[in-house]
Amino acid sequence: MSTDDMREKFIDIMARFTVYSGKYLPDDIYARLEELREAEDSDMAKIIYDAMFDNIKMAGDLDRPCCQDTGVIQYFVQVGTGFPLINEIEHCLQEAVKRATVMGPLRHNAVEIFDEKNTGNNVGTRIPWIDWEVVPYNNDVKIYLYMAGGGCSLPGTAKVLMPLEGYEGIVKFVFDQVTSYGINACPPLLIGIGIAGSVEVAAKLSKKALLRPLGTHNPNPRGAELEARIEKGLNEIKIGPGGLSGEFSVMGVHIEQAARHPATLAVGLSTGCWAHRRALIKIDPAMEYEIISHKGARI
Amino acid sequence: MKKTILTTPIKDADLISLNIGDVIYLSGYLITARDDVHQRLIKQHKELPVDLNGLAIFHAGPIMQEIPEENGKYRVISIGPTTSMRMEKYEKDFIPRTGVKIIVGKGGMGVHTAQACKEHKAIHTVFPGGCAVLAANCVEEVERVEWLDLGMPEAMWVMRVKEFGPLIVSIDTKGNNLFENNKKQFNIRKDIVVEEICRHVDYLG
Repeated sequence: MSTDDMREKFIDIMARFTVYSGKYLPDDIYARLEELREAEDSDMAKIIYDAMFDNIKMAGDLDRPCCQDTGVIQYFVQVGTGFPLINEIEHCLQEAVKRATVMGPLRHNAVEIFDEKNTGNNVGTRIPWIDWEVVPYNNDVKIYLYMAGGGCSLPGTAKVLMPLEGYEGIVKFVFDQVTSYGINACPPLLIGIGIAGSVEVAAKLSKKALLRPLGTHNPNPRGAELEARIEKGLNEIKIGPGGLSGEFSVMGVHIEQAARHPATLAVGLSTGCWAHRRALIKIDPAMEYEIISHKGARI
Repeated sequence: MKKTILTTPIKDADLISLNIGDVIYLSGYLITARDDVHQRLIKQHKELPVDLNGLAIFHAGPIMQEIPEENGKYRVISIGPTTSMRMEKYEKDFIPRTGVKIIVGKGGMGVHTAQACKEHKAIHTVFPGGCAVLAANCVEEVERVEWLDLGMPEAMWVMRVKEFGPLIVSIDTKGNNLFENNKKQFNIRKDIVVEEICRHVDYLG
């Protein structure tokens, strides 16, 4: 395949993948929502879950974005150093977003800072946001797509605590934010927590925590235990679907960490809404793809 | 249970018997108005291009698609509610200035909006968040768009809707506030839960 053909193929796959991600929830999220729905018996919670599942079905039947807020497009790229288009990924992803915006259609969600103008094509300064990880001795690219909607981005926050505030300070920080801002962010939520030494690292890790599949645990035993305790605790608050109270508040709690400075304990929080549009695709040098987050999906 | 359907124009008498937690449906005119529309009317004192008296506004930024053969005509693809709390800053002034009767959005609003709803006999309701295709299905026609210079999400989309819902009353004309009540419950439970977790996380040193 010539480089031109390869580039065109890559853009086309990524445009279709981006559109697809806005219409269908990933397998793990859908399965968890079904579980949580079963546990609810109040009229209010049933009304909300019925609406959610009717909506998911209707979005599939009518081939439309399931939520109108298709977000600011974020790509978390894990690129092998041998991937043939490594030099062109950024340009290709921008082009893919422009095409996806028309094909989807996606909502226009890129507003330039200071000019305060909507670009109308979801491409703007540093947007789509691209996060890079380079994978040595590898020829593939894996790309997580996340549609960062306004509602679920609004509770996002990060803070540097003094170490003597301890992990107790982290717990309080998370619970205060989720019970005040989280209830408006389309619960049941996915909670991403980053713990590190400075604010930008904690914030970024909190977002990466949202990319992890449900049912995975922090590799550190204390980390896994804290995830479980916070999840259980948030569910005991009974925020329920739509914040209208119910048996469950969250779909999961994920923590990611980086070693901290001795004098700082930074915490970041990101929330994902129930319509958690996170998708993962793997593309090889022959431009063959696999959508890992949505088993068997073809685009 | 009888399905409660309100039709615009809405009168005070239609609303005063409603209580928080009630479920209603809306027929008639529903016009999107979110951050920038509130900002233009209340802060920048611009005249609204749509008379909202007796009508309903929707805190929403839709995906609209221009119909190719009909110049300037749009159809709605997806239109779910956005976070109403963002409009808390201006809603208390927006309600009396426009005469709007029903506010549709997502999540709760605060004490100022509740006070304005009580004084001017208006209500705030929530449509289930994220259910944007379900909502689009209740729209009969997008009659016109105003202030499109604000961009697709912030423009005022004038829609005729039929049995738009379910809408859960979250602030009623007595000023009762469902989400604020829920929040009090959540905060009581939160204190107990946080205290318990903090007994197990003394990882320092």
